Amino acid sequence: MATQDIALSPTAETSLPFTARLHELVVTVDHKKLGLMYIGSALLFFVVAGSLASIIRMQLILPNNNLVGPGTFNRLFTMHGTSMVFLFGMPMIAGLMNYLVPLMIGARDMAFPRLNAFGFWMFFFGGVLLYSSYLTAPGLAGAGSAPDVGWFAYAPLTGRAFSRGSSTDYWILGLFVSSVGSIVSAINVIATVISLRCKGMTLMRMPLFVWLVFVTSGMIILALPPLSAAQIMLLLDRFLGSRFFDTQAGGSAVLWQHFFWIFGHPEVYILMIPGWAAASEIIPVFSRKPIFGYPVMVAATVTIGFISVSVWAHHMFAVGMTAMGNSFFAISTMLVGIPTGIKIFNWLATMYGGKIRFELPMLFCIAFLFQFLIAGLTGIMLSVAPFNWQLTDSYFVVAHFHYVLIGGLAFTIFAAIYYWYPKAMGRMLNKKLGLWHFWLFLIGFNLTFGPQHIAGILGMPRRIYTYDSGRGWEIYNMISSIGVIFQAAGVLCLVANVLWSLRRGAPAGDDPWDAWTLEWSTTSPPPDYNFETLPEVRSRRPLWDLKHPEDPDWKYE
Amino acid sequence: MKKSTRRALGAASFLFLAATFLVSPAFAAEVPTNVTNIFRPLSIPAQAIREVSLLVLAICAGIFLVVGGLLAYTVIRFRQRPGDDGREPPQIYGSNQLEFAWTVIPIVTVFVLFLATARTIYDVQGAIPPADALNVTVVGHQWWWEIRYPELGIVTANEMHVPVSESSKRRPTFLKLESADVAHSFWVPQLAGKTDLIPNRENRMWIEPLQPGTYVGNCAEYCGMQHARMLLRVVVHPAEDFEKWAAAQRQPPVDDPQARAGRDVFFTTSCINCHTIKGTNAMGTFGPDLTHLMSRETLGAGTVPNTAEKLRAWVRDPQTIKEGCNMPDMQLTDTELNQIVAYLLTLK
Repeated sequence: MATQDIALSPTAETSLPFTARLHELVVTVDHKKLGLMYIGSALLFFVVAGSLASIIRMQLILPNNNLVGPGTFNRLFTMHGTSMVFLFGMPMIAGLMNYLVPLMIGARDMAFPRLNAFGFWMFFFGGVLLYSSYLTAPGLAGAGSAPDVGWFAYAPLTGRAFSRGSSTDYWILGLFVSSVGSIVSAINVIATVISLRCKGMTLMRMPLFVWLVFVTSGMIILALPPLSAAQIMLLLDRFLGSRFFDTQAGGSAVLWQHFFWIFGHPEVYILMIPGWAAASEIIPVFSRKPIFGYPVMVAATVTIGFISVSVWAHHMFAVGMTAMGNSFFAISTMLVGIPTGIKIFNWLATMYGGKIRFELPMLFCIAFLFQFLIAGLTGIMLSVAPFNWQLTDSYFVVAHFHYVLIGGLAFTIFAAIYYWYPKAMGRMLNKKLGLWHFWLFLIGFNLTFGPQHIAGILGMPRRIYTYDSGRGWEIYNMISSIGVIFQAAGVLCLVANVLWSLRRGAPAGDDPWDAWTLEWSTTSPPPDYNFETLPEVRSRRPLWDLKHPEDPDWKYE
Repeated sequence: MKKSTRRALGAASFLFLAATFLVSPAFAAEVPTNVTNIFRPLSIPAQAIREVSLLVLAICAGIFLVVGGLLAYTVIRFRQRPGDDGREPPQIYGSNQLEFAWTVIPIVTVFVLFLATARTIYDVQGAIPPADALNVTVVGHQWWWEIRYPELGIVTANEMHVPVSESSKRRPTFLKLESADVAHSFWVPQLAGKTDLIPNRENRMWIEPLQPGTYVGNCAEYCGMQHARMLLRVVVHPAEDFEKWAAAQRQPPVDDPQARAGRDVFFTTSCINCHTIKGTNAMGTFGPDLTHLMSRETLGAGTVPNTAEKLRAWVRDPQTIKEGCNMPDMQLTDTELNQIVAYLLTLK
């Protein structure tokens, strides 16, 4: 036993010299360390991209404001969008998947640990490559600076003729490299889920979290390659004289849009489904009831996965498709609303009749449900092609997708952080600071993005660096910008909490939330090998069975 | 009154207020305004869009009330209360009937919504131009609009003039949309939904304004540096006024002998490489046609009002007014500048 004590003792690890710990980070193939590195770097990029957004809002607080010029502004929103999707969203979900999937299915690691490390470093260097574009600014190493073509990088604005310098090349290569990381991490998750489940864990006994990220991983493999392919084509256009998107030589601008959105729309679900996955674990535990209608939840997710690859051109209702094309993409988009609605109803039914405990993870999930409901409904409005002709590319769309990606995704990510931090670190996050984070962010988020719906309805287009007074947009922009202050204060509370609790948080114990999935059966933090003996399960809630031998789940499933 | 009832009433009155905000001004509005509310359309296609939009809004508001209300009720009613005995609530795993219900009801809703949507799509996109419809070609440029009337032989920029459509004599305008460089989007919210202008592609849309006046809009597709300063105006005239405007635009440029000096400077510098003044050597097409420059309200696609003072500042250095625009600082001396501006001011 003595040897094991040494291996498990946290003091032994933290007392290593700094360089040794750094070396450990670089060479590690442990899914938990890599998961935390993913999450840590994602949070870092979240703070950076959020700061860019704050500057955007400060520029727009008044009409004809002169805080930043048009060039800088365009770089800000390009880097903000690109970073939030590729350097916050993707690594954050990769981190959660990496950390949790092996623990939840009772495995010792991912199927391909080295590939896992490779995926992380590809993402990380992709991000570094993208941001190093700032170093090419005039006066440093020639004309260029950061990309300014928007995260969607519509052709032919990205062609040699309109995008001089190297900024677009940084955008292409940075994202290409980090996409490789995302693809291999998705392959890894699929292989792990298929081959490493513990004894007794059939597919239909997996925690919903695992099911949902399994679907997400499948979608990543489908959706990212078209983007990578299109980026290579664009690179060929820019350097080898090909003409895919060069409209002046007969290329097609619309082709890029198809490529981009056949990646871009599934991408939204790729980001959102892991958020749902976290909510599907947290809501039952804090309602003290099993998830309502597990098989239907699985079916709804798989259905969304399939439908999501046939809706991409709803981003293109204004490009002049035929009435038939517009009708097709309108109906396919509306269909997504059905399984999504089922999910909301099932979460609701899970809470109904429960005993809801208002711990931090649950508070974030409740806010998520309300905000995601709004996001879903504005999504229905946008699917109505004629309404979309008015709303697309206006601030209404900005409001809509921030309700999806912040109100939906970020809130569930925060819930996940409060929920699983005790498992990963062995210490609880401070509740008081957490409540400050919750309320500040809730108020700030709704102040910022609520009024943008109205600005859009009043005709304010997206991606404008300034606007004249007298168009009725002033008050909504003012409120919107003020909301940022609350959001920033909220994020500050989170960051402070995460750092403070590392050392000072109350010890968590193995199972602080009285939860039911396998990760709570091992120590916090789990040992390198996760489980001393691999567990064996008989139902979807193995720990419930353990705690309630008189009323086990396997009797009913 | 029960707490939940009060809450429901509160939500209902909020939605009612919101609906008033969206709908009622439409009946009060007689003229186009600078506040381009999409729910105050003054043109046939925009009104068709509003009709289906209101239906969607009503359905979504209903869903929001029901689901949001249920959610609020659940969170409040089933919260863990102080002094709870700590026993687990009954474990319910699902209900086929309930789940069937909330699958079928959305399917029916989607079906209804889709029918209304498809009808409007075909109504708007399927409109057939009548024989006397006005045809206009709009060409997007970084960062201005070229507006051509192929049947009338008129070329202008940034401000489209069209006749009003009256119930006695309907007069829609059909637009052909093209781009000279990157993708742009034509959006005048009170007239119609937006349609993109895409290089190497020809798009079509139509408007049928019902009230004279000036309608404001913006480029709605990100098109580079000065996307924000690519504003659009549509001036709608009563029929006879439109004919007068068209006749004036067809006139050759004014040749005022007093502005000869400026004219000479203009024709001997590279101004003529980019700008056209009809019937002269100035035949450039990279910049706006200047034949009737002073008939326009703004400079730089809505950046500044078209006054003598602003015009002078613009010609001296456009980059200080619209950073990044494709017109360079021509390094004119003060004399040349005064002469050119004096000449341009005659181009009415």
